[in-house]
Amino acid sequence: MRGASFKPASPVGPGLHVRPPAAATAVRWLRLSWLVTQEVPPPPSSAALGSDAGGEAAARPRLKRFDAQGVKLWRAEGRWTALDMAAPGAWAALRRSLRAGQNSASESWDLSAIERLDHVGAQLLWSHWGRRWPAHLSADESQRRVLQTVARLSSPLPARLRPVWGASWYALGVRLVLVKSHVVGLLALLGQLLLDTGRLLRKPRMGPWRDISGQLYNTGATALPITALVGFLIGVVLAYLLSRQLRQFGADAYIVDILGVALVRELGPMLAAILVAGRSGSAMTAQIGVMHVTQEIDAMRVMGIARGYRLVLPRVLALMLALPLLSTWTTLWALLGGMLAADVTMNVEPAFFASALPAAVQASNLGLALGKSVVFGWLIALLACHHGLRVAPNTESLGHGTTASVVSSITAVLLVDALCAVLFKSVGI
Amino acid sequence: MNAVHVAAQPLVDVQGLRTVFDSADGPRVVHEGLSLQVWSGDIMALVGGSGTGKTVLLRQMLGLAQPAAGSVRVLGQPVAALTRRGAAGRIGMLFQHGALFSAFSVLDNIAFPLRELRVLPRTLIEEAALIKLRMVGLEPDAASKMPSELSGGMVKRVALARALIMDPPLLLLDEPTAGLDPDAADGLCDLLRTLHRDLALTIVMVTHDLDTLFELSTRVAVLADRRVIVSAPPRQVVSHAHPFVQQFFGGERGQRAMALLGTPPVA
Repeated sequence: MRGASFKPASPVGPGLHVRPPAAATAVRWLRLSWLVTQEVPPPPSSAALGSDAGGEAAARPRLKRFDAQGVKLWRAEGRWTALDMAAPGAWAALRRSLRAGQNSASESWDLSAIERLDHVGAQLLWSHWGRRWPAHLSADESQRRVLQTVARLSSPLPARLRPVWGASWYALGVRLVLVKSHVVGLLALLGQLLLDTGRLLRKPRMGPWRDISGQLYNTGATALPITALVGFLIGVVLAYLLSRQLRQFGADAYIVDILGVALVRELGPMLAAILVAGRSGSAMTAQIGVMHVTQEIDAMRVMGIARGYRLVLPRVLALMLALPLLSTWTTLWALLGGMLAADVTMNVEPAFFASALPAAVQASNLGLALGKSVVFGWLIALLACHHGLRVAPNTESLGHGTTASVVSSITAVLLVDALCAVLFKSVGI
Repeated sequence: MNAVHVAAQPLVDVQGLRTVFDSADGPRVVHEGLSLQVWSGDIMALVGGSGTGKTVLLRQMLGLAQPAAGSVRVLGQPVAALTRRGAAGRIGMLFQHGALFSAFSVLDNIAFPLRELRVLPRTLIEEAALIKLRMVGLEPDAASKMPSELSGGMVKRVALARALIMDPPLLLLDEPTAGLDPDAADGLCDLLRTLHRDLALTIVMVTHDLDTLFELSTRVAVLADRRVIVSAPPRQVVSHAHPFVQQFFGGERGQRAMALLGTPPVA
């Protein structure tokens, strides 16, 4: 057992050669305190030991230095545990006294006044001693055991990853590989979706209709209140903003044309798509991601149930059906909001608004809006499933996947919408 | 661990506990007038059929679940006081599935309670975490791994290292050997016994594993009929007349475990 007894260092320190009377006393006291750890005689010049006086202050880990004519003695007191060292002020004081004694492993250490020494405290001492035993150590059996554990198991910290020159160059490569894997994954998912659709068309009776209806309810029916509210408010806001501008030109009646085209053709489908991407897209990603993490998808596969057919296809089909309906619903509420606001601000009567609307908005706009919504729904569900299936088994990846799903589907929706605006610029206006 | 513990009061003191769950067919009473004491230095095994509320009892000791009535005092304090800053220094918990933070590496997981104190320097924290990592029998190169890269036994070991990082006097274990192969389970038992000796740990564990139970525990508390029907050293518990005890220890598996290990250890 290394250092298990009061052990003089092999080259006896110069201070101990001469042994002046006071030094001899100190050494005798050290020896005594090792033998009888319970009865600690007062140290030579300690004013307040306070082992039983005052709870908080006495429990603080402290380090005191006694210098008795050549013999330097470090005496540790209090509770040397992580919790006590982290108490307010305790660490700063302890670090100050530790700094005062650089290279103090060659001196004498007395730990017998330590109330409790845990592995963190022992690690602190061991590091302070420079990973070797001090020349003289007075400690009781359990303190020694803790110190020995630390001495035995202490190992250098694993090297941290250092920034490498050209790291950004490599990072670019990593990004490219990532993009490639996304493209390949999406293509595979798309191909699988086409095959699954073919399978559904060949045997419609065997289709996952229950899943589709469940998804339809989750993504469509439960989204009705929020889309109605948002649509209504946007309608009101737009009408208020337009009223001031139009009045300047005395073109009050054109509010029907502007609101009608803007809401039916652009804002209705767009609002619904963005809301659904945030609401249902993220939920799909999280759900599939967690199923992936908890091996539910593996379990389905083992039972011979295709994940594409039972997870991806129902979600995509349901959203392709739900989003046109939701976008119509949102448009209706937005028109209602605009109609009411127009009545309040510009005295455009609802009856006039309703009768002027069919003339202002051509029917082809409706078809365009519905067509766009189908594509939006398809995109949102496909991207959500794609990101969900890529989730790795940790919380960070789940959060990352959900964010990526929402951001990429909203971006895709906006891109497709801009594309439609350019392609169909001569349709319906 | 250095001071001599004067066991004036139990480390865990559960009195008159009542636990009720709301279920589809009305409230279901799980504990009724349950009392249990764990004294310093015990390795207490909680045993009972499924649905007798063993894990719930552990959660109540941790303050994660509130009883409908009764008091739970841990380390002489009401449970609510446990979860203040530095709780990891008072009580450690090994969850059944480890509950490692999946976004952190192994070393960061173990160091997390120390880091959260926001006082100690980084090197000291990481060195201390590395000691605990090696103490539970893992190599230093496991430090940079992520939890998802670990095997089941390694997850348990890392979770144990994390529970022990601040050397709490009380350690709670939920099914410590469930899902481990026999070798890993034996290793974990050895480890727990060593830690119990070196750190003067008091351990409360829920286990179904009779080998673990006989190998480790100094006391066994049996939960049945919504309360603790007996809390005594294993040898005394085995001879208890309650039908559950007879069926649990007297069954084929119980006989086999006892025959393999000879007589159960006496506290």
